[in-house]
Amino acid sequence: MDITPDAIVYWEAGPVRITATLVFSWFVMGILVGGSWLVTRRLSTATTLSRGQSLLEIVVEMIQEQIRDVTQQDPARYLPFVGTLFLFIAVSNILAIVPSFHPPTGSLSTTAALALCVLASTPLFGITERGLSGFLRTYLQPSAFLLPFNIIGELTRTVALALRLFGNVMSGSMMVAAALAIAPLFFPIIMSALGLLIGLIQAYIFAILALVFIASANQAHQEQAQTASTSEKRKDGP
Amino acid sequence: MSSVELIGMISIIMAGATVGIGAPVTAIAEGWAVSRGLTALAQQPDAAPVITRSMFIGVAMCESSAIYCFVVSIILIFANPFWNHVVALTGGQ
Repeated sequence: MDITPDAIVYWEAGPVRITATLVFSWFVMGILVGGSWLVTRRLSTATTLSRGQSLLEIVVEMIQEQIRDVTQQDPARYLPFVGTLFLFIAVSNILAIVPSFHPPTGSLSTTAALALCVLASTPLFGITERGLSGFLRTYLQPSAFLLPFNIIGELTRTVALALRLFGNVMSGSMMVAAALAIAPLFFPIIMSALGLLIGLIQAYIFAILALVFIASANQAHQEQAQTASTSEKRKDGP
Repeated sequence: MSSVELIGMISIIMAGATVGIGAPVTAIAEGWAVSRGLTALAQQPDAAPVITRSMFIGVAMCESSAIYCFVVSIILIFANPFWNHVVALTGGQ
């Protein structure tokens, strides 16, 4: 029983190794890019849409709506990064029910890479939004004494992000393997179904947490700018 | 008792104890979170999307501590560094 798909090596030459993680990551990326390319090649605005276009429009619209709900900002800025994270993790977790597919998210290397992308994108979005000094000042809030805790928090939440996804996907496949050994007839199907549900929820949570981390660097700035308008809205609201 | 037996025994006991202590505590916390979430849902059905989303995020945060315990016990069972060290030592003799 392998803990991680990193242990399955297909091809090796010196320090270069082609592991199952790499192969299936590229497989998932190929599905996403190829599928999107096939559908967006012939977009139409007619009343009858192709099935693929409807599917993609539903997915993109759903992600946009979630981003707008969480951040209360224009989703266009966050859509490419957060949407890609969600789609990659969701597709690789769903494909886990295909026999002989090892989900790349079940490897700590993949999830650590995704979490590092989130860690790096936080200052990128923050600096483009508020400028360098404005972004660095967020580390001093609410007081300069909390600077070390802000930095530690930034690092630990990245580790937690990577470990959460890895642990959930890995435990799902381990439980199916254990169930196969104990009760091979019917029980593994239930565990696979549970694994599907957990995989989708984890993809959603990873994307939402990444969004919250990125947006929280911009939040105070936005709130100050919008205080006047929102207070007006709250008076009018129910 | 030789050191191999001792390390194997303690590793397995601790692997069980890690999940055995970590999982129930996390389960209680998650139960509290979901019960409060459902109470809020019953009181304010209009705010269902916001409450459900926040509840899921919070539950996932709690869940991660149980996942840490699980990862530690998996490491103790399948990739125990002390066990590998001792086996390498005795294998060399």
